[in-house]
Amino acid sequence: MSADQDGANLLEVRGLTKIFGTLTACDHVDLNIAKGEIHALLGENGAGKSTLVKMLFGSLEPNSGEIFWNGQAVRITSPGTAKKLGIGMVFQHFSLFEALTAAENIALSLDDGSPISTIAAKARALSYSYGLPLDPLSLVGDLSVGERQRIEIIRCLLQTPQLIILDEPTSVLTPQEADKLFETLERLRSEGKSILYISHRLEEVKRICDRATVLRHGKVVGHCNPRQETASSLARMMVGNEVQAVVRAPAEGIETAPVLLQIRELTRKPATPFSIPLRNINLEVRAGEVIGIAGVAGNGQGEFFESVSGEVLQEDTGSVRIRGKDAGGLAITGRRLMGAAFVPEERLGHGAAPRMRLSENLLLSRHATDGKMFVGAGGMVKSDAIYTAAQRIIKAMDVRKSAPDPEAAALSGGNLQKFIVGRELDRRPSVLVVNQPTWGVDAGAAAHIRQALIELARSGSAVLVISQDLDELFEISDAITVMHNGELSKPLPIAEATFEKIGLLMGGAEPGHAEHTLETA
Amino acid sequence: MDITVNILLTIATAATPLLIAAIGELVVERSGVLNLGVEGMMIMGAVGGFGAGYLTGSPWIGLLAAITMGAVFSLLFAVMTLSLATNQVATGLSLTLLGLGLSGMMGANFVGQPGERLPNLDVPGLTAIPVVGRLLFGQDPIFYISIALTAAVMWFLFKTRTGLTLRSIGDSHASAHALGIHVIRYRYLSVIFGGACAGLAGGHLSLVYTPQWVENMTAGRGWIALALVVFASWRPWRVLAGAYIFGAVWIGQLHAQAFGIPVPSQLLSSLPYLATVVVLVLISRNKRLTMMNTPASLGQPFVPDR
Repeated sequence: MSADQDGANLLEVRGLTKIFGTLTACDHVDLNIAKGEIHALLGENGAGKSTLVKMLFGSLEPNSGEIFWNGQAVRITSPGTAKKLGIGMVFQHFSLFEALTAAENIALSLDDGSPISTIAAKARALSYSYGLPLDPLSLVGDLSVGERQRIEIIRCLLQTPQLIILDEPTSVLTPQEADKLFETLERLRSEGKSILYISHRLEEVKRICDRATVLRHGKVVGHCNPRQETASSLARMMVGNEVQAVVRAPAEGIETAPVLLQIRELTRKPATPFSIPLRNINLEVRAGEVIGIAGVAGNGQGEFFESVSGEVLQEDTGSVRIRGKDAGGLAITGRRLMGAAFVPEERLGHGAAPRMRLSENLLLSRHATDGKMFVGAGGMVKSDAIYTAAQRIIKAMDVRKSAPDPEAAALSGGNLQKFIVGRELDRRPSVLVVNQPTWGVDAGAAAHIRQALIELARSGSAVLVISQDLDELFEISDAITVMHNGELSKPLPIAEATFEKIGLLMGGAEPGHAEHTLETA
Repeated sequence: MDITVNILLTIATAATPLLIAAIGELVVERSGVLNLGVEGMMIMGAVGGFGAGYLTGSPWIGLLAAITMGAVFSLLFAVMTLSLATNQVATGLSLTLLGLGLSGMMGANFVGQPGERLPNLDVPGLTAIPVVGRLLFGQDPIFYISIALTAAVMWFLFKTRTGLTLRSIGDSHASAHALGIHVIRYRYLSVIFGGACAGLAGGHLSLVYTPQWVENMTAGRGWIALALVVFASWRPWRVLAGAYIFGAVWIGQLHAQAFGIPVPSQLLSSLPYLATVVVLVLISRNKRLTMMNTPASLGQPFVPDR
């Protein structure tokens, strides 16, 4: 609508380049943002979106290129400079202080020196006027991810910026919270503010953005009006070729299949003051099916994964059973020996040791289960056998790498994730528990991983997937359950599940209550 | 009566250097830097203070020299850990070792020399009030500085915007950097403040406590100050409480030993440490509060990516 006020560019970027070592993260990027438009920056993970934005906000210095603000050439040397110009940023993560209150967090980014109580009152008023209610005196560590994002938005708005940059803002929101955010953004646009909206979710870009700039491998590959494109045409621009669609063959005879993973009345006290207790969780995963656990980040998924994988042992016997046997007192190796496999959320430092080679990482997680194959007499490691197995996994998962057996840290996030998932799949485990299987993975690799998970289930294993990505869960799951505040809802068969139902559960509505509101709506 | 007052006065004298060094370190750690060199900075302050007082004949110049010595010595730590991003633990330990050795060398000629003592600040008239008079109005100047410093640090950290910024850096330096806060600048100033405090604490030892130079005269007080900060869960008033509990039990057990009560002296000597730890652990058993006050980025080097 207001995008046609051309000639009045608020921000112009010409030939911006950033080089990290041998990698050109941004390669002569051009970008124009008009006054009063919502401009989408599209691209896969690793396309250079974050790098570009960090240069606009002054936290990275470009190697070359120019930035014009209201027609004037500017150098943005620090976030402070960016704020003075009128650029505000809502970060994807890592910019709030957990041990401080919301008001203190807001005060830190304002330079006016007014007392905290004044800022708290201002923040409260502004938050209610935008329909993003906020208690300024609450401690950030106690808040949900969605509430934290409100703080970031209010903090940004209090600086009265001309340009607001939002980095993947909906990745941590329920669908309903996202709707609320879109209303706020449309209101800001009508107030004449410009918004740079970074996302890889095509539907929402089509819905709210006036123009889009698409990045691929650090280069601008196109500009378009997202409203005139289809999701698949946008995806093609982002990825560069067609993404193989994931095929989910109907699951048959699940009802009579044996339960391979059973969680019964699992309860866990909070380990730290800011972590979530688990309350009476019940779940059964049968041979042949994929169960998805949805939920906003930080609702106990991490704690649940630790309990199931054996990183934390259970006090009550029988609360975690693998293939019918109690596993609650066994640590992770014991549970692996029972036929289970686990893929944690954090790739580096948890899923893999960063400075060790891929083959060594393979040995680390499978030395017990594949002891005969990998470890010889007297505990000597059979390097050749491990190397061969690593190469097999690399081939099966199409892991792209620069050396035959590189260190884990040398791989890109997506490729390392393919290796880590492949390492567990290669064992043909009868139970697989995966936390965020495709977080930060490009579309092609994500499709590959998802297909592999479905195939593992169809070959007779029980697969449990914890994910924040609803699209992903709808693509691969036979039933979806939602974790909210340490509680797990009843699994909803995929045929009955809708985004709206799941979204309400993610927001904390009672299952019965959710259906009730749907009927009245 | 007089004995009680005298005992109370010695308790204050024993607690003051611990309090000052610990308050300085508290500010440093609140900014997210762990400086294990307190002992080294303290002993440098002690030798610098004694030397300057001895050579000029003025204990006040000695006091200034002690503060400057601690600050300059801490600058070495700041350059290493903040500008060059070295490991804070290793650098702090070597600072202590360097300080102990260097002070011994610098002070070799001062051993056995009579030093200058800072005069007590007697408020005329008020000192004559029974009991509290001498306790409140007849002490050495550094005692007053230590109390004022504690109050000032409390006010600064929890009531001012700059204090809030400092705490935020300790909580997450990456977030602070993203907001445009000069992380390194704040940390430099904090470390230098901590060094100045440690120097002042050392000066108290060689200009008030025992006005002479003895090699290694800090005798582990820097380490006690470090421990106090942690056990006090980074809260100034708890540091004050901890320092005085330590001082009180320390003096108490000295008197107990003098009376010859039938308890092994080794056990008595260990009492101050035990009592302080027990009391402070009891005070800080609220896990949530402790969590909120613990600087989450403590000890992590910060290197902004450019």
